[in-house]
Amino acid sequence: MTKKILVADDEPNIVTALQFLLERNGYQVRIARNGDEALKAIESDPPDLVLLDIMMPVKSGYEVCKRIRERPEWAGMKVVMLSAKGREVEVNKGLATGADLYVTKPFSTRELVEKVRALLT
Amino acid sequence: MLQGPLIILCAFAYLGVLFAIAYYADERADAGRPVIANAYVYSLSLAVYATAWTFYGSVGRAASDGVGFLPIYIGPTLMIALWWVVMRKILRISKQNRITSLADFIASRYGKSALLGGIVTVIAVIGILPYISLQLKAVSTSYLILVQYPEIVMPQTLGETPMRQDTALWVALILAAFTIAFGTRHLDAAEHHQGMVAAIAFESLVKLLAFLAVGVFVTFGLYHGFGDLFTRAAADPKLREMMTPLGGVAGGYANWVWLTILSMMAIMFLPRQFQVTVVENLDERHLSKAIWLFPVYMLAINIFVLPIAFGGRLHFPVGGVDADTFVLTLPMAEKQEALALLVFIGGLSAATGMVIVETIALSTMVCNDLVMPVLLRMRSLRLNQRPDLTGLLLGIRRGAIVMILLLGYLYFKLAGEAYALVSIGLISFAAVAQFAPVVLGGIFWKGGTRAGALCGLLAGFAVWFYTLLLPALARSGWLPIGLLEQGPFGIALLKPLALFGLSGLDQITHAMIWSMLANIGAYAGVSLVASPSVDEHRQASLFVDVFRQAGEGGGARFWRGTASARELYNLLARFLGGAAADDAFHEYAKAHGGRWPDDGLQADAELVHYVEVQLAGAIGSASARVMVASVAKEEALSIDELREVLDEASQIVVYSHRLEQKSRELEAATAELRAANEQLKQLDRMKDDFVSTVSHELRTPLTSIRAFTQILLEHPDVDAEQRTKFLGIITKETERLTRLINQVLDLSKIESGKAEWRESRVDMRELIGDAVTGMSQVFEEQAIKVDLELPQRVPQVRADVDRIIQVMLNLLSNAAKFCEPGRGRIRVALHDQAGALRIEVRDNGPGIDPADQRVIFDKFRQAGDTLTGKPQGSGLGLHISRQIVEHFGGRMWVESELGRGACFAFTLPHD
Repeated sequence: MTKKILVADDEPNIVTALQFLLERNGYQVRIARNGDEALKAIESDPPDLVLLDIMMPVKSGYEVCKRIRERPEWAGMKVVMLSAKGREVEVNKGLATGADLYVTKPFSTRELVEKVRALLT
Repeated sequence: MLQGPLIILCAFAYLGVLFAIAYYADERADAGRPVIANAYVYSLSLAVYATAWTFYGSVGRAASDGVGFLPIYIGPTLMIALWWVVMRKILRISKQNRITSLADFIASRYGKSALLGGIVTVIAVIGILPYISLQLKAVSTSYLILVQYPEIVMPQTLGETPMRQDTALWVALILAAFTIAFGTRHLDAAEHHQGMVAAIAFESLVKLLAFLAVGVFVTFGLYHGFGDLFTRAAADPKLREMMTPLGGVAGGYANWVWLTILSMMAIMFLPRQFQVTVVENLDERHLSKAIWLFPVYMLAINIFVLPIAFGGRLHFPVGGVDADTFVLTLPMAEKQEALALLVFIGGLSAATGMVIVETIALSTMVCNDLVMPVLLRMRSLRLNQRPDLTGLLLGIRRGAIVMILLLGYLYFKLAGEAYALVSIGLISFAAVAQFAPVVLGGIFWKGGTRAGALCGLLAGFAVWFYTLLLPALARSGWLPIGLLEQGPFGIALLKPLALFGLSGLDQITHAMIWSMLANIGAYAGVSLVASPSVDEHRQASLFVDVFRQAGEGGGARFWRGTASARELYNLLARFLGGAAADDAFHEYAKAHGGRWPDDGLQADAELVHYVEVQLAGAIGSASARVMVASVAKEEALSIDELREVLDEASQIVVYSHRLEQKSRELEAATAELRAANEQLKQLDRMKDDFVSTVSHELRTPLTSIRAFTQILLEHPDVDAEQRTKFLGIITKETERLTRLINQVLDLSKIESGKAEWRESRVDMRELIGDAVTGMSQVFEEQAIKVDLELPQRVPQVRADVDRIIQVMLNLLSNAAKFCEPGRGRIRVALHDQAGALRIEVRDNGPGIDPADQRVIFDKFRQAGDTLTGKPQGSGLGLHISRQIVEHFGGRMWVESELGRGACFAFTLPHD
């Protein structure tokens, strides 16, 4: 069964790149441009994994992650945070809100795909 | 009918009342509930200044000199205004040093000099004798007049009768007995006579009431008020002459001034004034009220002086009745027996008040500063071995009181008839004025020395004796009158009343000028030449700097030596009695956390000083010093050591001033540092934020570039269309990165002031045209219509063409970015108004939220469409643009409403 991934980021070019990569690796990809859109998308069709940018308009990635973790039925959903903010405080904060992984931009596409695969098996 | 026995009975009854008041006040004082501890009693006791001289003599003087009587009361009123500076200091010094009299004060100031104390005592006694004789004369005269009632006969016309002589003698003896009963019932270490003060305050009320009663009777009973009385007096040519303000006084202005100065000194330095003002003072704060209450009393007792004087002159034929007796003879002439009796009692109270306080003050001086120092030095008397000397002390004082009153009587007999009351009093005033230089100099000038004080006092007193006392004796026939008229041995220059040819002044002014010249000259001159001893140095410092020292222990730091507590106790007990000494030692031990008797009590410098001060209260400071020295082995303090102690003290003051200043400076510096630190912290936070934001902004395009290059590298099978798209993205993101880096560098240059500005004359019409042309391709691609609204001519501005183009391009590209897609419209306008060009760039985009408008010019703050995601750009463009515009003296702002587009505008001033 094809795994579903939601990509939430406000940088269209990064979204394009991620979409291309993940679809190439056989995942079903959906797109959200901000925090609200991301939560709506999750609600309507819960994915197996969310790639979540932190600095998004309307709702930040931290907040989206927190909402996800508040819902027991989404307990199995994996969350990977993506951020250009790479300071330790921010990484810890991301993990503390319930992310499974924190990836600093810019990242190696290969490594990212490998980590996603590892999380989904 | 008024008869001798009735008058005498009344007089004794009055004295009995006084004694009862005094007794009651003493009892209350012993019980610790003093009745005199308030400013009103204190102020009334000061009114002992108003004696029989005031009561009878003021009218006498006014009857011949008009307002000439006034300086005697103006002086004290002026002086008392200065008391807060002068008397407060004397009070503080006296309390700290247990000063018991004026002689003690002067002796103590100049190195506890027994010689000086003795001289002051002699001067005071001799100087005051005329004044005391004046009181005796007033009481006996008033009695002799009253007893003739209803006849009015002047005593002089009675001739030399035994009765006349006897009256004054009897008065003297009765007053002596009364004073002894008042003032020497027991020995008080502080020389407080609370009973006496209460009685004096009462007497001040009685004499005021009696005088006011006569005044009211004369003014409103004999005449119809002030107006009537003065109109009638003005009708008399001789009386009208007296109404000119200064006409009445012989010598005019100079005499007024000198009499005023003389009275200013008298209120300070008459022994009885010093006694009630300083020695009897219970609380320094009473002074502040007395400063205005006392002048009020002076005013009240002077209101009716002129009316009574005029009334007397109008009523009695010239020469028939002595003007000094008008107060008494006017009621008598009108058959007002009761009023006449009240006046007699009022005069009696004025006289007794003065005599009691004066003789107590003088007897204390005679005992402490004259007799005791001599007795203590006479080793053959073995006073040191006597267990109890209190009886001896009281005995000396009682003897002194009797002696002083008898001397006063003697003076009355010798010279009493030659002068009016006022003139007699002024002679005494001039005598005590001799104390002014040494006392005032002593409390304000550290340079005054013992030798200077001795010379000044002796010189002043000698001149006083020669110019005032000698003439008085000569006029009374006891010395050849030729002495006055031709001068001694016929030397005219030495005539006592016109010394060195100085004539044309009245006697008092003449004497004051010469005596003050001699006194002050000798005091200051000798003080400057003679170098002071250790004791003088110490005392000068203690007196002059009294407000800078803390507590009574101030003197202790100057003493070095050894003593035994038991011996000190025995010494104190000998002079004060065992009970008082016990009390003193208990109090001291309690204050120092110990117990008495307890042999462990440290006989240190402080205890020695304490005992000396206690003793000074009973026998004067000079004698106390001698006595303490006899039981304590003192190590003499060398002049250098003393200087050290004094220097230490003054250095500590200087240091503490400096320390205070330093700590204030430190506080200020700390506050500045704290503020600077806060600023730095904020700058640091801003820098942190900036770095973090820049790094974020750099990472975002880098992420895309890295992702797509890696994709292209690892997926060679990507089809051509996608490949082209990806490479396009990479190119765009690289451009974005470059632009961002350029802008960050640009901004840092502008902010650090290192940016280069090339100024030239700029034609904005041309510049706007160029900018729009440069953007034409973008506008065409996005189908944006651009309107230009440019006037024909505008003034040129001075600016950097490239920078202003940068601003225009930034605004135009922003406008293009936010225009309604497909139907974009941009309008660029140029206006010339109020000395500046205004450039507007308006778009028809979504508009800017008011909250965003406020921050849109800040670094990295962008307004974006929340639906479509992030706007393109670094977030630095507007910030940089505004910096550029402001550099050229302009302003940049935005006007916008949501849904109505945005209008960015800026100004550039022209000449």
